[in-house]
Amino acid sequence: MSGDAASADAAGRFPSGDPPVAVRDLAVSFGDLEAVSGVDLTVEPGTLVALVGPNGAGKTTVLRAMTGAIEPDDGTVRLDGDATSGLSAREVARRVASVPQETGLSFDFRVRHVVEMGRTPYLGRFDGHGAEDAAAVDEAMAAAGVERFADRSITEVSGGERQRVLLARALAQETPTLLLDEPTASLDVNHAVATMELVRDIADDGRAAVAAIHDLDMAARYCDRIVVLAGGRVRADGPPADVLDAEAVRDAFDAEAFVGRNLATGTPAVTAFPRSDADPRRVHVVGTGPDAARVVARLAAAGHAVSLGVVPEGDAAAVAAANAGAGARVVTVPPFAGVTDEPLAAARELAASADVTVVVGGNGTDRDRTDARGRIADAAERVVTVPDDVDGEDLLAAVADATA
Amino acid sequence: MRVRRRATAWSTALAAVLAVVVVVSAGIGPVQIPPAEVTKIVLNAAVVPAGVEFGATGAGPLALPGVEFAYRSPFAFPVDDVHRRIVLLVRLPRILLAALVGFSLAAAGTVMQGFFRNPMADPSIIGVSSGAAVGAVAFIVFPTALSTTLTLPLLGAVDVGVSYGTGVSLFAFVGALIAAFGVYAIATRHGRTPVATLLLAGVAVQTFLGAVISYLQLQAGESLRRIVAWLMGHLSGAAWSEVGVTALVVPPLFAVLLAYSRDLNVLLLGEEEARGVGIDVERTKRILLATSALITAAGVAFAGIIGFVGLIVPHMLRLVVGPDHRVLLPTAALSGGAFLVAADTAARSGSAELPVGVVTAAVGAPFFVYLLMNREVYEL
Repeated sequence: MSGDAASADAAGRFPSGDPPVAVRDLAVSFGDLEAVSGVDLTVEPGTLVALVGPNGAGKTTVLRAMTGAIEPDDGTVRLDGDATSGLSAREVARRVASVPQETGLSFDFRVRHVVEMGRTPYLGRFDGHGAEDAAAVDEAMAAAGVERFADRSITEVSGGERQRVLLARALAQETPTLLLDEPTASLDVNHAVATMELVRDIADDGRAAVAAIHDLDMAARYCDRIVVLAGGRVRADGPPADVLDAEAVRDAFDAEAFVGRNLATGTPAVTAFPRSDADPRRVHVVGTGPDAARVVARLAAAGHAVSLGVVPEGDAAAVAAANAGAGARVVTVPPFAGVTDEPLAAARELAASADVTVVVGGNGTDRDRTDARGRIADAAERVVTVPDDVDGEDLLAAVADATA
Repeated sequence: MRVRRRATAWSTALAAVLAVVVVVSAGIGPVQIPPAEVTKIVLNAAVVPAGVEFGATGAGPLALPGVEFAYRSPFAFPVDDVHRRIVLLVRLPRILLAALVGFSLAAAGTVMQGFFRNPMADPSIIGVSSGAAVGAVAFIVFPTALSTTLTLPLLGAVDVGVSYGTGVSLFAFVGALIAAFGVYAIATRHGRTPVATLLLAGVAVQTFLGAVISYLQLQAGESLRRIVAWLMGHLSGAAWSEVGVTALVVPPLFAVLLAYSRDLNVLLLGEEEARGVGIDVERTKRILLATSALITAAGVAFAGIIGFVGLIVPHMLRLVVGPDHRVLLPTAALSGGAFLVAADTAARSGSAELPVGVVTAAVGAPFFVYLLMNREVYEL
């Protein structure tokens, strides 16, 4: 019954050559409130695009406009080359399927029945479900992992299970494009990853997917492209590694952030901090290991220009400093080599030119290193010594006090 | 396909229940007639068309000018002629009208509860019953002369007129539709009809029309008794012509509702999700509203306001067959028919006849309390 060309071709070939979703200069207002404006967004087949941004940035509005659920005040949304305004609900439902954050469903339908509703765009008024529909429903339930509770009532399953049921329903629609609004919001870590893997596979099969997502690490890990929305406008658009930096997060989310690298996946990992509004300073950090790394990250997130040294190559603090921004200077020595005069002089120079030097931990057992610490600190005009487990706020306050 | 089989099985069983209730009810009354004899009487009365003759005067159950239908009855059981008259002329029209009205109200109630996603919804929620009441009461208080002689081209002078009873029904029917349309118009902005607005508009219109009814009752004088009887719902004195009109109007409307039963399921997801799977939400809502209003108006036009059938029966059936409207709608409608026939039989078999609305409310309200205490209604 799914004779429609667009859906029969869900495997990824788009005969028309038009992108599955093309948003041009989209503007939507609710009354006097401008939700989004000037949004351009094209989704190519085979890609998974993340829409990220703070609450109220307009992510859901963009997704709703893509399904034609809201009429744009300006601009167009084209699905497979055709403007949504000219498509019937049924035609739209054969091109895009949405996974909403929550469903309004409160009647106790069986899970299987809810998934079957995804076949609605293919059924005539008097058609029953055919073999093809049953196969699509079974496949969707297997992919979303809801078979186990297929015969339970939708009112009896947990929030996370419900969300997977909605995903299964969208899969049963067999559309070339899948839109997901916070697909992992109420899922445990296992199912969140499973869901994103599934969406990734769908994109790899040649379909297009757009996910509004809060978890930036998850977005960076699974998406080909990240579109940052803030205040109803696109602030950045590109591959995760290009888009996700401290600057972009500060701009979009009004929060300080340190963008490191996830050790397990190698993808950007964003850590946000509350806004401190610190005056930017040149800060030199003396210390090694995870504790110094933490200090470097927090200082960099607050907008300070950080330098570091002396540290062994590959030290956690050196990695943090490398992620802290292009301007971060780090003095390193080969591992186990001990601190020689040359790097020591370089570190002393950095300390001398800094507004303040932060010494992390003061009671290390490595004599040579402790000596080095002392000699670097001696070169500095202002020195702040913080304990290994220093609190981020105390750290920033100490730096601010020292430079006041 | 499983759903279609379930729907057929349940509907067949409940149709059989309805038939049994009708036959048993036709035997109950001041003159007791055994069900077997009732069955024979009904079978004897069944006719099949045997031929058509043109140019004659027109007669028989289906009278068309200039067409004569010939009928023959395939059965000829020996039956008591008094019993035959009681069953065919007194009891059966009333029973069949009760069945049709119960059928209509339960069908409309099922649709309204799904449509509004609200367990308290019933057929009167969009002002249909209040509108019908105003129409009927207005006609009772100010009986308008609806007879006139029109001079039409080709046919010449034609007497056009309706009887008092027909006038009440006609006014009720028209009043119901005007009220429903008014509620719809109030709630619709820019082509969209949010159900929450519709619900509140319905409440507002019902309240206003309630005031109108109260005022008309104050002005009623002599006819107050008739007004009260109409408002409480009544099936006594039902005529075959009323059964015929209702039987012509209700099935096609019900067929429309049935055709939209899958859309109604999807609408339960919420409007945006329903749109997401390809339902033209506003159009579907308009069709469901209009059809429900018409089928309810057909139900109340002859029988007056009969409460609780449209509220209780859908809940009862939802507990039994589940929320899938493809199964729920036909089963609730058939059960509504059987329920109202049974209630009306109870209403007329006491020493003094009660309005049927009193019986349905007296049975329905305690049952509703039972549902509430078992929290079933919350789960809907």
